[in-house]
Amino acid sequence: MVEAIDQVFVNLKHAVVGWAPPAWQAWVSAGLTVAALMGVFMSLFALVVLLERKGLGRIQNRPGPNRVGPWGLLQPMADFIKMLTKEDVVPAGADRVVHFLAPVAMVAPVLLAYAVLPVGRNMAAVDLDAGVLYFFAVGACIELSVFMAGWAGRNKFALLGAMRAIAQMISYELPLMLAAVPAVMLAGTLSLGGIVEAQAVPAGGWLARWHVLTPWGLAGLALFTIAALAEANRSPFDLPEGESEIVAGHLVEYSGFKYALFFIGEYLGMFAVSGLGITLFLGGWRSPASFLDWVPSYLWFFAKLGGFVALFIWLRGTLPRVRGDQLMALAWKLLVPMALLNIAVAAGWHYSAGWSFAGAWLARWGLGLGILGLGYGALARGLYESQGFGPRVYRFAD
Amino acid sequence: METAFLIVSAITLAGAVAAVSLRNLVHCVLAAAVAFAGLAGVFLTLEAEFVAFAQLLVYVGAVSILMVMALGLTRHVTAPAGARAWAPWTVGVGVALLVLAAVVSAVPAAGGPQPAGSGWVAAVRVMGETLMTRHVVALEVLGLLLTAALIGAGVIALPRRKDEE
Amino acid sequence: MTTLHHYLVLSALLFSVGLAGVLTRRNAILVLIGIELMLNAANLNLVAFWRHGAHPAPVDGLVMVLFVVAVAAAEAAVGLALVIALHRRHRTTNLDELDSDGDGGSEGGAAS
Repeated sequence: MVEAIDQVFVNLKHAVVGWAPPAWQAWVSAGLTVAALMGVFMSLFALVVLLERKGLGRIQNRPGPNRVGPWGLLQPMADFIKMLTKEDVVPAGADRVVHFLAPVAMVAPVLLAYAVLPVGRNMAAVDLDAGVLYFFAVGACIELSVFMAGWAGRNKFALLGAMRAIAQMISYELPLMLAAVPAVMLAGTLSLGGIVEAQAVPAGGWLARWHVLTPWGLAGLALFTIAALAEANRSPFDLPEGESEIVAGHLVEYSGFKYALFFIGEYLGMFAVSGLGITLFLGGWRSPASFLDWVPSYLWFFAKLGGFVALFIWLRGTLPRVRGDQLMALAWKLLVPMALLNIAVAAGWHYSAGWSFAGAWLARWGLGLGILGLGYGALARGLYESQGFGPRVYRFAD
Repeated sequence: METAFLIVSAITLAGAVAAVSLRNLVHCVLAAAVAFAGLAGVFLTLEAEFVAFAQLLVYVGAVSILMVMALGLTRHVTAPAGARAWAPWTVGVGVALLVLAAVVSAVPAAGGPQPAGSGWVAAVRVMGETLMTRHVVALEVLGLLLTAALIGAGVIALPRRKDEE
Repeated sequence: MTTLHHYLVLSALLFSVGLAGVLTRRNAILVLIGIELMLNAANLNLVAFWRHGAHPAPVDGLVMVLFVVAVAAAEAAVGLALVIALHRRHRTTNLDELDSDGDGGSEGGAAS
C-alpha cells in the first residue's frame, strides 16, 4: 500500500505508455515525463513567486500582495497576464537576432538540467552515468545568454552589468563544483541515482546516512548553498540585477514576455540547483529515519526543496547586498580554499571509517570540524586583517 | 545516415562556417559557441557521454566566455566591426580546400568499420580507473600545466605599473 | 547508418573551415577561434576511431580526448592573455598591423 502511493506516478506513466502503439512508446514516454516535469516546476515557480513577495513583505513588516484573490493567491495569474500584454520594446539600434535568442539561451539549458534530478524513487527522467557532470555542463551554458542579453541592446550599462554578471558566475562555479566533489567522491559515482542510493539507512540502523550528517557534508552544504545563491544571482549576491545598482543590469533592455522568460529562468535555475544540493547532501528523496519511510519519496523531495526555497527567501529579505570586489574576494580567497580543505577532510573521514575504539565517532567529528574550523579561522582572520581597517579619516573641503 | 547525426553535424558546420566568415566579431564568437555545442552533440551520437559533457563544460562554458571577455577587454564589444578587407582570402580558402581534398582522399571509401556493438557506453568508473592507473603521470603533468597556464595568463594580462597608458 | 567515413569527413570539413579561418582573418581573436576549431576536429577524429574500434574498446582514446580538451583550453587562455597584453601596448588586435620588427602601430592604429 505504501509502495503503491510512492510509485503512483511511475505506474500511471507506465499505464499510459502501454496504451500507445509500440512504435510510438519511446516518444510518448519521453513526452509525458517532460510535460510532467515542466508542469510541476512551472506551478512551483508561480507559487514561489507569490510566497516570496508575501514572505519579503512580512519580513519588511507589510502584508505583501493581498488584493487579487483570497490571500493574494491569484497574483501570479495577474502577473502572467501583465507580462503577456506588455509591449515588447526592442531598442532601435539593437541586434534583433541576439536580443531574441538570449532569453531562449537562458531558459533552455535550465530546463535541460531537470532531466537528471531524481524527484522520487525511480522518478528521475534520465539516470545518466555522468549525471553531476551533465548538470554542471548544462549550467555553464547560461553564462553566454547573460552576455547576449547585455550586449544585444547596445547599451553600455547593460554591457557593464553583463560583464560583471559573467565574472560573478564563473567565479562561483568553482566553489559549486568543488563543494560537490566530496559527495561524489564518497558515493563513488557521478550518477545522481547512485548518490541517493549511497545515502540509505544502513542495515541494522534507523538513521539514514545523509551526507549532511558528516563534518564534510555540513561544510559542503554550506559552501554549496552560498555558491548556488551566487550562481543564481540571488540576493545577497544580486549585484548584476540590483535595482539600486545598475537598474536590472544586463536585463535593462528587456520588457514583457522576454523579461518574464529571464525571470522564469532564474527561478527555475534556483530550484534546479537546490534540487542538486538536496540530492548530493540531504539524501535526495530519502526519509531521514527508517520509521518515516511511509511518507512518499516525492513528498520528501519537495519538502526539502521547500525548505531550501524558504531559506533563500529569508536570506533575500535579511542580508544586505555584497559589494562587487567583496564578492570576488569571497569566491576566490575564502570559498575555494575552504572547498579544497573540505575535500581533504572528506578523504580523512573516508579513511577513518574503520576506527572502532570507544569515542571513535567523536574523534572523527572532532578531527573533521577541527581542521575545517582552523582553516576557516585562519582564512577569515587573515583576509580581514589584510584589508587594513584603521580609524576612519575624514577629509573636508577646506 | 541517422537524423540525429545529420541535424547535429549541420548545426556544427553552420556554426563553424559562420564563426570564421561573419563580419561582426561578437557574432563570430557566438557562432563558435554554437559550433562547440553542436560538436558535443556529435560526441553524444558517438555514445561518448563523459567527453560530450566535458566538451560542453570546457568549451561552451569556459573558452567561449574567455573569448567574450577578451573581446570586452580589447574594446571590440562596443565597436565590433570585424576584419573587413579579406584580401588575400582566396589564398587562404584555396589552401583550406586543398587540405580538405587531401584529408578526404585519405579517408577509407564510404563504409568502413561499423560501430561495434552499439549500446556499450564507456562507464565513468572505467574512465576514472584508466586515468588514475595508466595515465596518472600525464594527469599530474596536466595539472601542473594548467596551473602554469593560469599563473602565466594572469601575469601576462595584468597591467604593469610603469608603462600603463 | 552512420559509419566511420561520415565522421571522418565531418572532422575533415571542420578542420578545413578552421584552417581557412586562421589563414584569412586578420583579427587575433578570430585566429584563435580557428585554432580551437581545428583542435575540436582532431578530437572528433579521436572519438570516432574509439567508437568504431574494438568492442569493448579500452578508453585510452577518450582519455586522450580529455587531455587535448584541457590543453586546448589552457592554450586559449594564454593566447587570449597575450592578445589583451598586445592590445594594451599597441592599441590594436589587427595581426597585419602588429606584424613588423617588434613595434607595430603604436602611433595608434585603428583597432579592427
